[in-house]
Amino acid sequence: MDDQKKMILDYVVREYLEEDDDTEITYDTELISGGIVDSFSMVSLKRFLEKKYNISIPDADASPEAFDTVNSISALVDRFKKA
Amino acid sequence: MAFSTTIRESYRQELNGLRAAGLYKEERFILGNQGADIEVEFPAGAAGRKVINFCANNYLGLSSHPDVVAAAREGLASHGYGMSSVRFICGTQDIHRRLEDRLTAFLGTEDTILFPSCMDANAGVFEACLGADDVMIADRLVHASIVDGMRLCKAMNDTYKHSDMNHLEEKLKEHQDKRIRLIITDGVFSMDGDIAKLDEIVALAEKYDALVFVDDSHASGFIGKTGRGTHEHCGVFGKIDIITTTLGKGLGGASGGCVSGRKEIVEMCRQKARPYLFSNTVAPMIVAGALKVLDLVFTNTERRDTLEWNTKYWRQGLAEAGFDLKQGDSPIVPVMLYNAKLAQDMARDLFAEGIYVVGFFFPVVPQGAARIRTQLSAAHTRAHLDKGLAAFRKVGAKHGILGKGKKEITEMFGK
Ligand SMILES: Cc1ncc(COP(=O)(O)O)c(C=O)c1O
Repeated sequence: MDDQKKMILDYVVREYLEEDDDTEITYDTELISGGIVDSFSMVSLKRFLEKKYNISIPDADASPEAFDTVNSISALVDRFKKA
Repeated sequence: MAFSTTIRESYRQELNGLRAAGLYKEERFILGNQGADIEVEFPAGAAGRKVINFCANNYLGLSSHPDVVAAAREGLASHGYGMSSVRFICGTQDIHRRLEDRLTAFLGTEDTILFPSCMDANAGVFEACLGADDVMIADRLVHASIVDGMRLCKAMNDTYKHSDMNHLEEKLKEHQDKRIRLIITDGVFSMDGDIAKLDEIVALAEKYDALVFVDDSHASGFIGKTGRGTHEHCGVFGKIDIITTTLGKGLGGASGGCVSGRKEIVEMCRQKARPYLFSNTVAPMIVAGALKVLDLVFTNTERRDTLEWNTKYWRQGLAEAGFDLKQGDSPIVPVMLYNAKLAQDMARDLFAEGIYVVGFFFPVVPQGAARIRTQLSAAHTRAHLDKGLAAFRKVGAKHGILGKGKKEITEMFGK
């Protein structure tokens, strides 16, 4: 479980932060409403999750709200892993 | 359904929310024509105030140039006021085709198609030439109109960190299974004023078999030794597959945009781009004015040379005064203030000093990256620049930020 969150967090840092950006990101950091990830760039995260966990997240479920924190993203992944 | 009180009330609440968040935009009325010296009525109803304009995209100072105005007037007389038709029905005149040919020669491409605006060019081009087997890989800071255009297109989309060539390379590798890979970037980035690394982008495109798209709206007419744009500046003239640009900034400032590039891609736009097919043609007098603009920039680099000199002088003046500037080689010079309220307060104080600039903050720029974006023009004289610099020094001193960088300013004012 925490492995999954860590995996997602690592991806977010690698994919979205500039080299010199020292913003600290936790499982609760608001990624989209906090302006770290914009909704335009969010698609690569969705694709990463789909590939990594072999799931398919319908566009309707890939809302900015569902992608706003590592916690909520991880919950979303769990939901589709079961489905 | 009637426009009920409930519906009206819900709009009002949303608008009030924008006001409360400091995101409400107010228009300022310019009394007279566009230029370096303007008179502005703000707030509405206030007496006009004479100010020096440092926030127009009037890079070459051609917005009110007498030769351009005269050419537009002649065009009005010879070709009428409007065409009352989209291009492909009965909206194409000899001068529309001539302007497209001139743009092709100027931009160093194979063919060009005019659009009502560059917003429309960007909204239409991707959908017209890419499909579900393709991928668009865009710099994260591309203009909003490109983001909209990408959303309208069925191709997969992806992004790379701003000007990060390693990240772009990763993405190109990741998408080798696609039919077409299109790298998408602005030539000059409108909020930061930095120039895309087109030489490296073109090299990566060659290595990974990709096409290159550049929006050169903030470059056409003045970036590069003869003002052809970012591709000239970066030594890759003739190597860009798709260029979009506007006639609404440096190139006269009226309106109109284009897609210029590979012949077949332009042809696809003529067949399929919706803003081209379903919106009225660019007015004849604007086409006539734009032809004159191209004559001026083709034959003479004096204006872009003046702009380059002005930009250097302005940058140097602000840097010596102790402002924290975004680095870049374009006439967009952002003064970094980080805090949204500070940016608004300084813009207001500068206006009181006769300098017209605007503060930008989230969501137009990232959170904690508020700034005043200054823009230079060939119409600025040395006196304009000196007056502007004096006002910046005075207002910067008042807010105690001269000589301070990101860390100190953020500590003083918050993010
Ligand atoms: C990079 C960029 N592309 C396109 C546009 C839109 O141009 P136009 O005003 O011709 O629609 C703008 C202008 O805001 C811009 O800055």
